Amino acid sequence: MTDQTPEPSDGIPSPDGASHIIDTEYEIGQDNVEGSVGPFGFDIHNPVFAISGMAIVAFVFYTLALPEQAGSVFSWLFSSVTKGFDWFFLGAANIFVIFCLFLIVTPFGNVRLGGTEAEPDYSYIGWFAMLFAAGMGIGLMFYGVSEPLSHFGTSMGGISEEGGVRTDWAPLGGAAGNEAEAMRLGMAATIFHWGLHPWAIYAVVALALALFSYNKGLPLTIRSAFYPIFGDAVWGWVGHVIDILAVFATLFGLATSLGFGATQANAGLNELFGIAVNSTTEVILISAITAIALVSVMRGLDGGVKILSEINMGLAFVLLIFVLLVGPTVFLLSLFWDSLLAYLQYLPALSNPVGREDVNFSQGWTSFYWAWWISWSPFVGMFIARVSRGRTVREFITCVLLIPSMVCVLWMSVFGGTAMFQVINDGYTAAQEADLPVKLFKMLDVMPLAGITSLVGIVLVIVFFVTSSDSGSLVIDTITAGGKVDAPVPQRAFWCIFEGAVAIVLLLSAGGLQSLQSMVISTGLPFTVVLLVMCYAILRGLISERKNT
Amino acid sequence: MFQKIVVPVDLAHEAALQKALQVAVGMAKAHSAELCYVGVASATPGGVARTPEEYKEKLEKFAESQSANHGVQASSHAIMTHDPSTDLNKALEQAIADLKADLVVMATHVPNISDYIWAGHGAHVAAHSTASVLLVRD
Repeated sequence: MTDQTPEPSDGIPSPDGASHIIDTEYEIGQDNVEGSVGPFGFDIHNPVFAISGMAIVAFVFYTLALPEQAGSVFSWLFSSVTKGFDWFFLGAANIFVIFCLFLIVTPFGNVRLGGTEAEPDYSYIGWFAMLFAAGMGIGLMFYGVSEPLSHFGTSMGGISEEGGVRTDWAPLGGAAGNEAEAMRLGMAATIFHWGLHPWAIYAVVALALALFSYNKGLPLTIRSAFYPIFGDAVWGWVGHVIDILAVFATLFGLATSLGFGATQANAGLNELFGIAVNSTTEVILISAITAIALVSVMRGLDGGVKILSEINMGLAFVLLIFVLLVGPTVFLLSLFWDSLLAYLQYLPALSNPVGREDVNFSQGWTSFYWAWWISWSPFVGMFIARVSRGRTVREFITCVLLIPSMVCVLWMSVFGGTAMFQVINDGYTAAQEADLPVKLFKMLDVMPLAGITSLVGIVLVIVFFVTSSDSGSLVIDTITAGGKVDAPVPQRAFWCIFEGAVAIVLLLSAGGLQSLQSMVISTGLPFTVVLLVMCYAILRGLISERKNT
Repeated sequence: MFQKIVVPVDLAHEAALQKALQVAVGMAKAHSAELCYVGVASATPGGVARTPEEYKEKLEKFAESQSANHGVQASSHAIMTHDPSTDLNKALEQAIADLKADLVVMATHVPNISDYIWAGHGAHVAAHSTASVLLVRD
């Protein structure tokens, strides 16, 4: 590394080993403004930082000033997007899955992110913990028990029609009165929403960004993936709009889930310790989560984010093993395989984008989920890209698509399976009847060491929020610094605090969280187009890598 | 008295380094010491360079030009970290130990209120390094 004479080079040298750098006049940071506010330095992209910051404040004010109007506008937007474009979401998500699987089996899988000689930045465990904690951790805590139970219940109820339109929420044709089949269908539908499709969505964004950043030398921001389409115009307003939209979706996505997360954690604390459910407790929770996230981002990627992710994945694994061993072990293990088979069996019907009769399920669940994952994809994708240098495309897709999907199958089988077993065999329906935030705790209630496991559950929920919040702040900071990852630390602290503040303001306003979350999910529609373009860009990028290296 | 002087440099802010660079050259000449310019960057494309290799080359060229302009013996040492903004202090500490430096000459800002929250990099290195540290205020 040191004291070596450099080889003469005219252009930009490749990263580690051969790769094909894009030759552009654009200098990273050329549009940035550097300066200081009082003693705190900054290095921000002009105009992405200012516009996204102001747009966020404007939307918060709009929601607070005209809550009813904002509520109805955003809920109309949300419902027209998820209901009117269900075919588009379902079809696009199928394309992403097929595209990822295609990359695994073709020679494109051999391309290494960062050049042929690049070495992975992180070990498998650290890498996997970070991508999982940012992408899905929190959802598994809330939906692991709830979703299998919901689909199981609606499937058992069978189908009902009114005027030729299905009014039930059962997936596909349901399984009226058939417990075993309702369980299989329920598990298949749940895994469908947490398996290959969401992870393929994340993988596409992450791969596009990693490829154009590490192999092509473009800045680590969303717009870089559009270089093959727009060329140098991507550094102008087209790119600004894409990046601003990504910041907007990420910050509101994080702030609204932080707000909802606080209400859910409060419900859990009430169940366990009788702590009052009110806005004071929730504001304290948001402040505490933000404070921990702040320490984490200031300690950095390795010193904060990675450590917290690893701790949480370790804790989640312990809880999983505990429920597996203490719960109906043999039943759960056979359910795991059975669910996997049921998933594969029902996958074609569940992912069919057109002519669906189960409209409530396909629009209210699937289309909602796809819009939701896609609106989160700029954040999760960019974070995954940041930590994936040195992996081959094949390794990358396997670890971002297949392994997380299998972990979700296992998680859903163990938590959902235990809850369904309690309903079917023990007649214990408390978890089934409880509100969403407390379902997990009701399930743990009738198992040994309930006090300890519930406490572990609460800690997991809170720390998963922290790991989303800190990685989200890093992502927003990088995008608003024009792709620079070495912007002054106060800047990332600003985004972390800003996100907590937005969450508190929305929480205290009537209906603010709900309406802005509807709006965030609606951003899934434009981002679906973005993701489709990214697939094309990835292909172009990989072809040039194969040709030129 | 000193044999190896480490000079941490931020290639994105060369102008702010001039005073420290002059002091370093002066010290190197006075003690017939070797200078080593240390830079910390990320493998992610950045303002200074778009690839790690490009960064290393730029730092090497920087050391060569210092050597040629001032008649001192100079080398370079590039460090890639995952998160340069937060990893800088540790990376510098490590480099100072690895290079067996006995003096560090480093540009640093005049302390202000933010130093109560974030100690400057120079202050951190001075507090933790076994080498002598000369902080040059800008």
